[in-house]
Amino acid sequence: MAETKQTVLRTEHLKAFYLLEVQGTQKTVKAVNDVDLKIYENEIYGIAGESGCGKTTLLKTLFNEVVPPLRLIDGKMYYRIGTQEVDVTEMSAEEKRKLRMEYISYIPQGSMSVFNPVLKIKGTYEDFIGSHVNGQSREEIFELARKRILELGLPKNILDVYPHQLSGGMRQRVTIALASSLNPRIMIGDEPTTALDVVVQRGVIQMLKEIQKNLKNTIILVTHDMGVHANIADRIGIMYAGKIVEEATTEQIFAESVHPYTQFLINSLPKFGDKSLRASVPGSPPSLADLPSGCPFHPRCPHVKDICRQQMPDFTHLDENHKVACWLVEEGQHG
Amino acid sequence: MDKLLEVNDLSKRYAQGNLIARITLTAVEHVSFYIKPAEIFTLAGESGCGKTTTAKIILGFEEATSGAILHNGKPQTPHEKPWITEGVQAIFQDPFSTFNPMRTVDSYFHETVHNFRLAHSKQDAVDRIDKTLRLVGLTYKEFAGKYPNEFSGGQLQRISIARALLTDPKLLIADEPVSMVDASLRMSIVNLFKQLRDELGVSILYITHDLATAYYVSDRIAIMFRGNIIEMGTVEEVLMNPKHPYSRLLRDSIPQADPHKRWTSTVTLAELEHEEYLRKGCKFAGRCPDVMDICKGVVPTDISVDDVLVKCHKYSEDISVD
Repeated sequence: MAETKQTVLRTEHLKAFYLLEVQGTQKTVKAVNDVDLKIYENEIYGIAGESGCGKTTLLKTLFNEVVPPLRLIDGKMYYRIGTQEVDVTEMSAEEKRKLRMEYISYIPQGSMSVFNPVLKIKGTYEDFIGSHVNGQSREEIFELARKRILELGLPKNILDVYPHQLSGGMRQRVTIALASSLNPRIMIGDEPTTALDVVVQRGVIQMLKEIQKNLKNTIILVTHDMGVHANIADRIGIMYAGKIVEEATTEQIFAESVHPYTQFLINSLPKFGDKSLRASVPGSPPSLADLPSGCPFHPRCPHVKDICRQQMPDFTHLDENHKVACWLVEEGQHG
Repeated sequence: MDKLLEVNDLSKRYAQGNLIARITLTAVEHVSFYIKPAEIFTLAGESGCGKTTTAKIILGFEEATSGAILHNGKPQTPHEKPWITEGVQAIFQDPFSTFNPMRTVDSYFHETVHNFRLAHSKQDAVDRIDKTLRLVGLTYKEFAGKYPNEFSGGQLQRISIARALLTDPKLLIADEPVSMVDASLRMSIVNLFKQLRDELGVSILYITHDLATAYYVSDRIAIMFRGNIIEMGTVEEVLMNPKHPYSRLLRDSIPQADPHKRWTSTVTLAELEHEEYLRKGCKFAGRCPDVMDICKGVVPTDISVDDVLVKCHKYSEDISVD
């Protein structure tokens, strides 16, 4: 995996803010604040963070779905389409639409709102796929859909039922099957397993892994559940207050994380067979409309120093995969 | 032995459909358990297993089809409100819908103080509220006059726990209290439960689907599946050494925060949930890896294995099968 890594999605200093006007005063919500990402082909990239850290907005931006009040302030984003890198921030609406489903697809958290409640599942399939595949008849579209559904081990009569007849887990799996039906190179999942029961969640994760293995594409997965990340992700980026603060392979994140926030996230998880006292992260996440100065984690950090309050640290590269933005590392005090 | 709350052979059936095509779903089926003073007892299971229905019956929101609920050995009558007579209080799943967004949070506290005649003067009431809030790490000053949207989910959940504690309850019924709270703040709520048990001697019925926090916080646990308790015992025994095939599946399906413990086997999911409710015999038989002929026709009875109650045919004649 090491040498042949081909970048499929790359961002440079990506900044996407919500510009709001609340009762006559301007408010800027810095949801994606200077994010540099390099996501490779044939990998599952996990993004972890608390609610309100901007992870969903980051996904929307990566999906190139920047609609007001969200605005792209600065930075570039490239998709690798075929053999070239294409700057997608300048694309027209029609060009963006063409990429959806075929190149990049989106799996939302609430699968109830994906399907049209008054159509059978196949009606929604027809809407989604029909608008991307030209010149195919309904029967050909259903054939395509049925093939993918059978491959993924879902019951074959599922196209002929209404969405409300399916349980939440089944609906989520049908949504994922739909998102994968045109063999996209990138699939983006926003907490696709969060609302599900644990056994069903395991089934859905199993299915995502299988799709990735078969299509050899890229899955970008957002969830706050570190257990899910440990099970599925190849690399993990930890997001805090609109920024990626640490990025490494899954093994490194769990074994040798450096950022105090990452350590809190991992150490606060209860484990079987260990009843020792676990502390949660002190305090609460900052408002993205009113960020603290310097490193945004400093009000909650147990190792805070003067410089943390004044200046945001740059990334330190600990090795080719592991980078972290923390003053403790800058000064060689970690460990 | 002292039993603060005893649930005895509780069943609840719901009828679905119209007069002609009617099916009966058994949400809770012959459920029995008890809670000792100063104990955290977990009722765990997936959605639709009947854990919330059980809580609703204990709280008197629903009437049981059959069975009894005893507080300190005294049966609860249908029209008695357990929060008035027995010191039972509830905490719900979604802290944002617990409080009316148009009302200040402190008005709930004053209302409770007034209804339960807990104070003689305004200052008395404020002191009492402040004392309770300090238990959950807040003060009256930082909370008075604020609306629910001014708090985070974790804070609001702690406020709703404080509201429940105002009346000095003996038993808290907490229905999925942490599932809406961020993972990083979840432990502050769970640690609070431990503290309440150890310092105030409050018992807690902790209803959850999250076996990891259940293991961390509770003393005893009952695992429910489609209306039945299928395994019950101490958390150490039930979760570290699960006996029922369903408990094993549930425990193995919790994603472990350790990349070296990834799942290697695959799971089969139930295709139609209704079918499992209506199944004769053991309700897990359709998905069970150890299924035998007897499982499909005969309902298993409770069998005691190493002080753990298991509802499984595997253990019926020969305990050494594994």
